[in-house]
This record gives sequence, C-alpha cells and structure tokens, in this order.
Amino acid sequence: MGPIGLQHYLVLGAILFVLGVIGIVSRKNAVGILISIELMLNAANINLIAFSRYSNKPIFPTTMPEAAYMDGQVFAIFVIILAACEAAVALAIILNLFNMFGTIEVDDADTMRG
Amino acid sequence: MAQNILFYLAAVMAVATTSMVVITRNAVYAVLYLIMSLFAVALVFLSLNAPFLALVEIIVYAGAIMVLFLFVVMMLNLQGQRGDEATKRPTRRQMIVPGALALLLLILIVVSLSAGTPAATNAALSDPKLLGELLFTKHYLGVKLSGIILLIGTIGGLHIGRGGSIPSTMEKPIDDVTH
Repeated sequence: MGPIGLQHYLVLGAILFVLGVIGIVSRKNAVGILISIELMLNAANINLIAFSRYSNKPIFPTTMPEAAYMDGQVFAIFVIILAACEAAVALAIILNLFNMFGTIEVDDADTMRG
Repeated sequence: MAQNILFYLAAVMAVATTSMVVITRNAVYAVLYLIMSLFAVALVFLSLNAPFLALVEIIVYAGAIMVLFLFVVMMLNLQGQRGDEATKRPTRRQMIVPGALALLLLILIVVSLSAGTPAATNAALSDPKLLGELLFTKHYLGVKLSGIILLIGTIGGLHIGRGGSIPSTMEKPIDDVTH
C-alpha cells in the first residue's frame, strides 16, 4: 500500500456517485430516489474536500494565506446546507404525493402523462 | 500509515453500506444503512484532515436529515402493518452485526480524534477556526445566500406540506380507462 493520493479519494467518490445513480434508476419508491440523491451529494462532498486537501496553491489570492487551502471545505458546507433544504422540501412533496395517490411509487403517479 | 488504515477501513465500509442502501428493498433498512454510510464518509473526511466537516456530517446529516427521512418513512408505513416486529425486543443474534459495526465506527472515530489528524501538509488545514474565518469573510455572500435558501426551504416545505388544499376528487388515483 503506497501513500494515499488524490486519486484514491476520487475513485471512492466515483464509486459512491455511481451507486447513487444506480439507486435512482432502479428504485420506484420516491423516498428511495431521494436517498440516492443524498448519496450522490455525499460523493460530491468527498471530491470537494479531497481537492481542497490536495490542492497546492489557492485559486484566488486572499488575505489569509494559511486558510486559502480550505475553499473546498467551505463548498462542502454549502452542499450540506442545500441537501438539508432539498430533503425538507422533497419530503413535503412526497407527503403530498401520498395524500393524493395513496402510494409513493413514482410509476403510479402518472396523472400528467399524455 | 495511520491515514492509510483509516482511509481503507472507511472506504470499504462506505462502499459496502452504500451498496446495501441500493440493494435493500426495505425503506427503513435503506435509511439505517445510509446512516452507517454517512458515518463511514465522516471517517473519510477525518482522514482528509477535515474534522469539522466530519462532525457536521454526523450531526447534520446523520442526526437531523436522516431522522426526518426515517420519520416520513415510518409515518407513511410503507411496509404494511409491522406492529409486532416494532415492539418485539431484538434477539441477541440480531444485535451482533449492527452492534459490531457501531462499535467499530465508535472505536475508529475516537481513535482518530484522540490521536490527532494524520500528518498534514499544512497544519492550518484542520483548524475549524480558520474555516469559520474563511466562511465569514471571503465566502460571506454564500452565507447570505444559504440563509435565504434555508428560509425559502422552510416556507416552501410548510406551504407544500400544509395539506388541506387538495381537491377531494384527487384523493384517489384516477382510473385511466385508456390504457
């Protein structure tokens, strides 16, 4: 085992992302699809933090040179905030879907199909 | 070397639990496996010298968002009536695997937090104080936008989830005679 490099984290992120994609296309349950979206957001977070850890120079000059390498972590925080918002709104939509159709299988909610 | 072991353990656990999230058909189990997967990803963050992000991942994701998921899944009662299974005490055999996994995660987190983060190329990388300074100076616009988005999410969730505005004709699925 050599030292852990950036590519190790990128491969891990790619695996988790692909698992999320598989979950989205294979599930018919709305909650399952939402869970898979969360998986994909997590994989993106791994990539962001790995890039911030292994970047050698800051992209933008800043007044705090020692903090210039942490931009990726800040973006990861923003991603987590967005995931929280998205989960709340999507779960509200799922509750509404359940009230209207009595199920959350996305194939059964086909009222708008042409 | 410590980073190697931590990374490989966390990565294997993350891939395994995430696969279980995708494979399992039971929505409650999927959420529980996802919590495990989030803990493993938090360990990956620890191996990347980001302890603050690791703890945010555990507290916000595994603690708050996943409980919301679990609440909705259990409220919709997707698996039919399972009352007896929910109230029954788990047998000892059922406790082995989750107990062992939780113990392993706990040991890993405690060890990696107490041993200090693995050799950093830049000591400042792991300082949460610097992260906060960066967040509230350089990325202050992002903080404001996040606040607005959280407000919109709250209002939107309230409005959508309020109920009562659904026409009574829509309560049952409409039988489509054409297909």
